[in-house]
Amino acid sequence: MDTTAVARAPLDTPETADERPNYLNAEYGWKSWLFTLDHKRIALLYLISVTFFFALGGTFAAIIRLELLTPEGDLLGPDTYNRVFTMHGIIMVFFFLIPAIPAVLGNFLVPIMIGAKDLAMPRLNLASWYVYNLGGLFTLWAIVNGGVDTGWTFYTPFSTTYSNTYVVPTAIGIFITGFSSILTGLNFIVTIHRMRAPGMTWFRMPLFLWSTYATSLINVLGTPVIAITVLLVAAERIFHFGFFNPAVGGDPVLFQHLFWFYSHPAVYIMVLPAMGVVSELVAAGCRKPVFGYSFVAFSSLAIAVFGFVVWAHHLFVAGISPYSAMVFSFLSFAVAIPSAVKTFNWTATMYKGAIWWKSPMFYVFGFMGLFLVGGLTGLFLASLGLDVHLHDTYFVVAHFHYIMVGGAIMGFFAGLHYYWPKITGRMYNDTLGKLSAVLVFVGFNLTFFPQFILGYLGMPRRYHAYPPEFQVFNVLSSAGASVLAIGYLLPVLYFTYSIFKGQAAGNNPWGATGLEWTTQSPPLPENFPDQPVVTEEAYDYSKREIKVA
Amino acid sequence: MKSTFPLFPDSASSLSSHVDALYIIWALVSVFFTILIAGLIVFFMARYHRSDPEQVGVEERAAVWLEILWSAVPLVVMLAMFAWGTRVFFQLYRPPADAVEYTAIGKQWMWKVQHPEGQSEINALHVPVGQSIKVKLASEDVIHSFYIPAFRIKQDAVPGRYTSLWFKATKPGVYHLFCAEYCGTEHSRMIGSVYVMEPRDYETWIAGGVGGKSMVASGADLFTSLACVTCHRPSPGVTQRGPNLEGVYNSQVKLADGRTVIADDNYVREAILNPFAKVVAGYDPVMPTFQGQVTEEQLTQLIAYVRSLGSTGSAPAGGTGGTPAAGTAPSTAANTPQTPGPAAPQK
Repeated sequence: MDTTAVARAPLDTPETADERPNYLNAEYGWKSWLFTLDHKRIALLYLISVTFFFALGGTFAAIIRLELLTPEGDLLGPDTYNRVFTMHGIIMVFFFLIPAIPAVLGNFLVPIMIGAKDLAMPRLNLASWYVYNLGGLFTLWAIVNGGVDTGWTFYTPFSTTYSNTYVVPTAIGIFITGFSSILTGLNFIVTIHRMRAPGMTWFRMPLFLWSTYATSLINVLGTPVIAITVLLVAAERIFHFGFFNPAVGGDPVLFQHLFWFYSHPAVYIMVLPAMGVVSELVAAGCRKPVFGYSFVAFSSLAIAVFGFVVWAHHLFVAGISPYSAMVFSFLSFAVAIPSAVKTFNWTATMYKGAIWWKSPMFYVFGFMGLFLVGGLTGLFLASLGLDVHLHDTYFVVAHFHYIMVGGAIMGFFAGLHYYWPKITGRMYNDTLGKLSAVLVFVGFNLTFFPQFILGYLGMPRRYHAYPPEFQVFNVLSSAGASVLAIGYLLPVLYFTYSIFKGQAAGNNPWGATGLEWTTQSPPLPENFPDQPVVTEEAYDYSKREIKVA
Repeated sequence: MKSTFPLFPDSASSLSSHVDALYIIWALVSVFFTILIAGLIVFFMARYHRSDPEQVGVEERAAVWLEILWSAVPLVVMLAMFAWGTRVFFQLYRPPADAVEYTAIGKQWMWKVQHPEGQSEINALHVPVGQSIKVKLASEDVIHSFYIPAFRIKQDAVPGRYTSLWFKATKPGVYHLFCAEYCGTEHSRMIGSVYVMEPRDYETWIAGGVGGKSMVASGADLFTSLACVTCHRPSPGVTQRGPNLEGVYNSQVKLADGRTVIADDNYVREAILNPFAKVVAGYDPVMPTFQGQVTEEQLTQLIAYVRSLGSTGSAPAGGTGGTPAAGTAPSTAANTPQTPGPAAPQK
């Protein structure tokens, strides 16, 4: 018995979508939102929060690019510039990239994809949104009072002894927000273990769940380490302990080990969920199963595990032993293999697919191109002899933006475009969607590719003013950033427009498989009218007639 | 004549071309894989474009050999790159035996350079072409990073310990010296110039400076004025409160707790600043700390003096402490204090 067909049939009456009861019109009023236990509403609350922080972090990025148009530090003073790039990093990493896909798309999709009514712990889920915003408030308070100038990396002893800015409130903000990652991760792990619908075995799960599961493991295991680390920094500032201060016997490099023990895996917290979205979209966009499903699934776990043993590649020139540098270099090369496996499998999936030219897929193609460049340039940095020259230059800046912006944010936008009709019940303008994807892709490359060259030429990071011979590439980069900004603003417009004027989307506008497309759009408060039963593998397009509705 | 869109910085050290070769080859490998995969994506997009909204893709059976192939090929390429990159790294890391030691101390926001002859300069580094130079790095406050792009070298200067790097300049000219580790307000102004000179010009430059005493002579003065000499007497035989330091540098030292350490730069530094941390076997922990009483410059001078008292055994090249025993100052030969054997009597 094909559950998908059953669930789809009687509800396909898009004209009446607004009248049908769904999670959006089940209750009204601010209390129904602020006290909701519905994972879908919490996902929307998160969407609003992370969009706010993305806009704020993006504004700081725009100021950086304006300042760097000219070699002289003429727009801002050096202290202001240092605060701006620090706040850009802190907000983007801790308040946008880490929560974005898990807390928005993960919250919305995990229960629906496994055929459950909600997450295992709905109250904890709501609590994690409040915890996240509380941490955000601390950080915003620090910004309003003058900000912090340590860089998002908080290197000691600068952060503990020399900086005269709001390090402690920011550290507390990050400490608090960390708990929301831990709670969300815990919730996903329990939910995926305990609440799968009958027939939803581990190897029938959509790949998005595998990568969300791997991400949750990193969240639960890694986040406590950053929490302890920022707490040590705060304690050393307040009580003048000597953990990191060499004047009283501390070790400043110890901080770097602790910091990167979390913050390197955090890169995978950002990019693994994006890989999950891409796996979903490649299957739906080609209407065939992902090639090498189990290899793609296990590569997520391999990335999560290997990601924990490469941290010291951030310390190759910090004075660590050359032999430990050798070991970490080797492991850093090794972690690239599972990423390569994913990329090859996605590409192979496209072979003889029925490839669909819609805006979510344009974002996926963009992801694949940018992630490829980001991954390959990461290997330049894993290579010891090259890292000595490239470390702390713009090459590093370009590389991690290719992974975090080109990878994680492209994946987030791909997912938003794909699930928007499910989330809102409305269609957006597909032409504008494609235009936005192209603008983001072109603008991104124009912004960040010149930074690879700047890095090899030797321009160090975090420079407020720079020698004039670097200007030409900085101008290119700033020009690209303005294209990128238009690419990001466009979806705000057409998504907002679609909420009010968009065409009603059917249950399954893309003709895709998966439990999420069997229920109505927007889904019922309890997701499914009856308990779904799963009888087939993920992405099984072979047995069914596609009906686009 | 510089191009408007330069792709490479000046190449002015004996190893910069090795780093460039690594970069170029890896860039070519990257371009190959990018074109391969991006090309396949674009080709598939066009070839298998969904023409009919009902169309379904053709399911392919999983192929384990394919998975193994596209795991193994990148693995082999990466192993090769790993081996090559590590080789270049050890070349960059290990100074040759004839390297002359300079000192650079980072502080917010300048580099203070000391030549072995005693010359000191700020945000500038004059070096002769063709001479291997090891730069010992220290920091007075936060972490800085000593970066000369034209030589493709970089090393953090970490407060509380010594690190080092080395280079051999091959082309006269003026090159950037940057601080690469973010260090606060004027981080981007913590920059200077490296002047690579013909040996003859360097000699003229060093002779014209107001250098004064060499590192070793300054260290010897401090050894007396800080009263180190009252306990660490060079004359053996007398009951001493502190060990005789002749021949100690770079030797194995037995500690009171049974451990053995190598008396390298970092050990001597720690012994001065935190004497109780590693007390030498046979002596009481009675030495006062000199934390706060000596500057980073004075510390390096004291260490230079201790080293001049001779070292035993062959110094391991590389590492933060290893220093060649028989360094010869570049052509000036004004100052070759590192003569092994008994110390010359002072004064």
